[in-house]
Amino acid sequence: MEAFIQALIKALHLIASLDPEVVEVTRRSLAISSTSCSLTTAFAIPLGSLIHFAHFPGKRALISVIQTLFSLPTVVVGLLVFIIFSRAGPLGGLHLMFTPTVMVIGQVILIMPLMLGLVISALSGVDKAVPETAVSLGASRLQMGLITLREAKYAVLTAVIMGFGRAFSEVGLAMMAGGNIRGFTRTLTTAISLETSKGDIELSLALGIILLLIALAINITVNRLQHR
Amino acid sequence: MIEAYNLGQKYGGRYVLRDVNLKIGRGEVFAVIGPTGAGKTTLLRLLDLLEMPASGKVHFDGVDVTSHGQERLRVRRRMSFVQQKPVVFTMSVYDNVACGLRWRREKDEVIRQRVEGALELVGMTDYRDRDAKTLSGGETQRVAIARALATQPELLFLDEPTANLDPVSVSKVEEVLAHIVGEHRMTVVMATHDMSQGQRLADRIGVLVDGRILQVGTPNEIFTLPESREVAEFVGIENILAGVVSGKDGSLVAVDVNGSIIEAISDYEVGERVYALIRPEEITLISAKGLSSARNTFQGKIVKMSLVEPLIRIEVNCGFSLLCLVTKRSAEELNLTIGKVVYASFKASGVRIIRRWS
Repeated sequence: MEAFIQALIKALHLIASLDPEVVEVTRRSLAISSTSCSLTTAFAIPLGSLIHFAHFPGKRALISVIQTLFSLPTVVVGLLVFIIFSRAGPLGGLHLMFTPTVMVIGQVILIMPLMLGLVISALSGVDKAVPETAVSLGASRLQMGLITLREAKYAVLTAVIMGFGRAFSEVGLAMMAGGNIRGFTRTLTTAISLETSKGDIELSLALGIILLLIALAINITVNRLQHR
Repeated sequence: MIEAYNLGQKYGGRYVLRDVNLKIGRGEVFAVIGPTGAGKTTLLRLLDLLEMPASGKVHFDGVDVTSHGQERLRVRRRMSFVQQKPVVFTMSVYDNVACGLRWRREKDEVIRQRVEGALELVGMTDYRDRDAKTLSGGETQRVAIARALATQPELLFLDEPTANLDPVSVSKVEEVLAHIVGEHRMTVVMATHDMSQGQRLADRIGVLVDGRILQVGTPNEIFTLPESREVAEFVGIENILAGVVSGKDGSLVAVDVNGSIIEAISDYEVGERVYALIRPEEITLISAKGLSSARNTFQGKIVKMSLVEPLIRIEVNCGFSLLCLVTKRSAEELNLTIGKVVYASFKASGVRIIRRWS
């Protein structure tokens, strides 16, 4: 216990003194996750709306598949990315393996189902009369979709934040696709994993606390949005 | 202006609307009346091109607009629809009313003028900056009407515009509607289950029962000359007596109802199976037979009395059951009580005879 408290004090000191390594890893984590989250958002909102508003056979089945993939294991995505981008893979020629780029690609794959599913359920949560009213007032399909999204804005924002949270806190994919290269692809989660196995509990704790604080901030935001 | 040909709609394999044929002219106020669940909303939605019909066609200004595509949007933008339970968008009252105009890409100046005009028309100018979600039911209804009017539609659909409102809001909304109808000569198609509202506002009425239009006519025609038992019931004719024409003398016919003979004015021939329709207010109750010059006078016993302010509703059994309405004063004067024997009397011209199909 004594050792743990010592480590905790040192960890807090690392954070308070803005230790260069801690700051660098935190910034990279935020950068990679916000990039993948923005990209996913740009696809998930229009695609989710399309799925929600369109009538086509197999729609329910598609939504079930999307929902099943909410809990897609991160290592499976890591494996998939590895198969595609490793030297022998179909896109091996791009030399993207173990770069932040491939980590972003992996995270997009990872959180796409979650964000799609949450966008669809956000739109389903809007009173059916809203799109109906829009159409009756002369809205085109696009205008009808936009006003419905607008009415669902808090739920859609929640979807975005949940996606960010999942990307930010995962470790398996970051490790497999990024390779935990110091100063290049090392993130909060991979650093914790490595430092703990090396026995540097202080640094791990410092990074863990930051991770927790950000997760907490995400949770509070989601909670507030859901109670609007 | 808008025409329906054999229009029908199915939900889940069941027809909710069948073979509707209608022609509504420019500047006309047409009311679709009928009981709840008759298919009124479906009919309005089909005419407004919000749904694809299962069968039949909709013509707008003589052009078939039933088919898919941009054409439907273009025509729909010339119409407006106020839903039975309107929803407002989460934005200010002003922005709600401006929506339809923004979607049509009108200029800001035009939008401002039209929105302000529409809000003034419904008496909601002071609410322009309010969050629309905080309005009461009546206010929401008026904003919905303003929102529909702001686009200056050639054809306005109103689905039960006052069904969910308190009496004060009802009269306010009706006042607004009467104003629109009177001053702006807009073509209006409204659905209502309230016969009296149809009478107050409409030029013509179509009675919709069980997905079929049973009769179309002026309010007066519908009210006084119903063509079928269902329409008669709907317009409040409470005495519907099944009988057979048993005698004829010129335009005067005798109808045998359960052995009693009712005299009425009609063209039907002897042997025709008919209904005799008699409004309760056509019947007077008297204490002795000789006191009425009316052709039909039946002795009967009072079996039921109930108060329908300001009148009393009395059921008299004369071999067949007759419902009549009397004032409280005459009930007192005649000393009417349950079990008392009275005479129910009505003129031959107070009876309407229609054909009975089943």
